[in-house]
Amino acid sequence: MNYEPIIGLEVHVELKTKSKMFCGCSADYFGNKPNTHTCPTCLGLPGALPVPNKTAIEWCIKIGIALNCEIPLTSKFDRKNYFYPDLAKGYQISQYDQPFCQNGWIEVLTEDNKIKRIGITRVHMEEDTGKLSHKGNVSLIDFNRSGVPLVEIVTEPDFRSSFEVNQYLQKLQQIVRYLNVSNADMEKGDMRLEPNISLRIIGEIELPKYKVEIKNINSFRFVDKSIQFEIKRQRELLDKNEIPLQETRGWEELKQITISQRIKEKANDYRYFPEPDIPPIEWDKLQIDKITSQMPELPNDKLIRFEKEYQLSSYNAEILIRDASLAAYFEKAVFQSKGVLSQKQIANTLINKKINILSISVKDLIKDIIHSSKKEGIDEIELSKITDDVLKNNQKAVDEFRNGKEVVIMFLIGQVMKSINKKIDIEIIKNILKNKLNKK
Amino acid sequence: MSKIDISRIAKLANIPLDDENKNKLEEQLLETIYYIESLQEINTDGKEPTNQVTGLKNIFREDIISKSFSQEEALRNSSCTEKGMFKVKAILSSD
Ligand SMILES: [Zn+2]
Repeated sequence: MNYEPIIGLEVHVELKTKSKMFCGCSADYFGNKPNTHTCPTCLGLPGALPVPNKTAIEWCIKIGIALNCEIPLTSKFDRKNYFYPDLAKGYQISQYDQPFCQNGWIEVLTEDNKIKRIGITRVHMEEDTGKLSHKGNVSLIDFNRSGVPLVEIVTEPDFRSSFEVNQYLQKLQQIVRYLNVSNADMEKGDMRLEPNISLRIIGEIELPKYKVEIKNINSFRFVDKSIQFEIKRQRELLDKNEIPLQETRGWEELKQITISQRIKEKANDYRYFPEPDIPPIEWDKLQIDKITSQMPELPNDKLIRFEKEYQLSSYNAEILIRDASLAAYFEKAVFQSKGVLSQKQIANTLINKKINILSISVKDLIKDIIHSSKKEGIDEIELSKITDDVLKNNQKAVDEFRNGKEVVIMFLIGQVMKSINKKIDIEIIKNILKNKLNKK
Repeated sequence: MSKIDISRIAKLANIPLDDENKNKLEEQLLETIYYIESLQEINTDGKEPTNQVTGLKNIFREDIISKSFSQEEALRNSSCTEKGMFKVKAILSSD
């Protein structure tokens, strides 16, 4: 049978607000002493009252706007109930039927270089859980992460390959970094990915009756590998006329396989209900317009503008816009060197010489480019002619050199420099002179 | 009778129950459900769904850090700690 993969994605992005989602504890927990960023609210102590962080909600909405979502004018929080030791309250404050953002889309490139639209089902706001470390027959809990703002972005099952998934993830990471709402650092757990995969016989229209969710993925590379593995595993089952189990599996990097974690709980097992401690949220259109007006230029728009405005190849433009600060650096350099350097010279230097923009100011970079372009700028034929003249007019020095008095070359270099009246690299002149002197 | 699956509810609520208590609670829960069901008799045509009765909306806080507990304070109510962390019996993701 011929199957096609049906893949959807849930991505959790941890926001880099100063404080947590529902209390004033610092949200910057990474590498801190355990249980030093807690209070009655994020420890789930009785009587504590959660109050939503306005900045976190605005950032969630910015992500939604960047993903072309509708922003409903009413929204609310809900309780998602389950028992697990990393969850202090016995429920997580999340959003169920009225997320902040819904029905969006994003465009990605497919393998054959076509643009494809991926549907964004919803973007909602929730809180992170504490961190568990397992040690033999006990688990240790650190609640510093408990209550840190988390945005969940859910796609439609629109991906047909791990390549498309990867394109999407790169874009999403770039967008949240452009918005400056998350570092989206995979290794630090700022961005967590959960693909769900099933296979469908090519030609069928309905979605498969099962799906397998993969957890435990902490790099883009593992997404690719785990999806490839699942496609193969499920195909083998289907070929034997078995339907793969609807379940959650974890990626085991050491063994390069996915392993069953637990049968997926049905949504109603979480017994969602409206969070009674947090009043509903109602926007008026002006508030949403205001957030929209604060949106920075997004990667796609910047790419198109760079190609047009600076006449860059799409390859070069793509590299320059990958990081918003590199793009800004480039534009500053173009502006400051107007009439002296071309946009292409600056782009090439930044890309080919892999300039570390943190270690050199725009001003110094411009100076460096001008300096080195002068050194390299001398015409080789002209230089060859000048050195010939110098050698002809200084026969005595030439003889001395050939008799082993190599230091005279410095005198000859000086003569060449005098005739050019330009600052060029001594080494270049030295090499040309040596070549000519040794030839004869 | 079996309108509810008491074992499942007990499991979801993380409450261990013996058979005697299961029967007792199943009866009580059913009674509650029947009582609540009398609400179905009320005509709610034209009524907006309500999930908040405070009349409040848009209660936010600014993104400002306030003081947290010290580690000692955070752990004070716990009978079992290790290395500044709460200690519990290992929970495997399979259960
Ligand atoms: Zn707190």
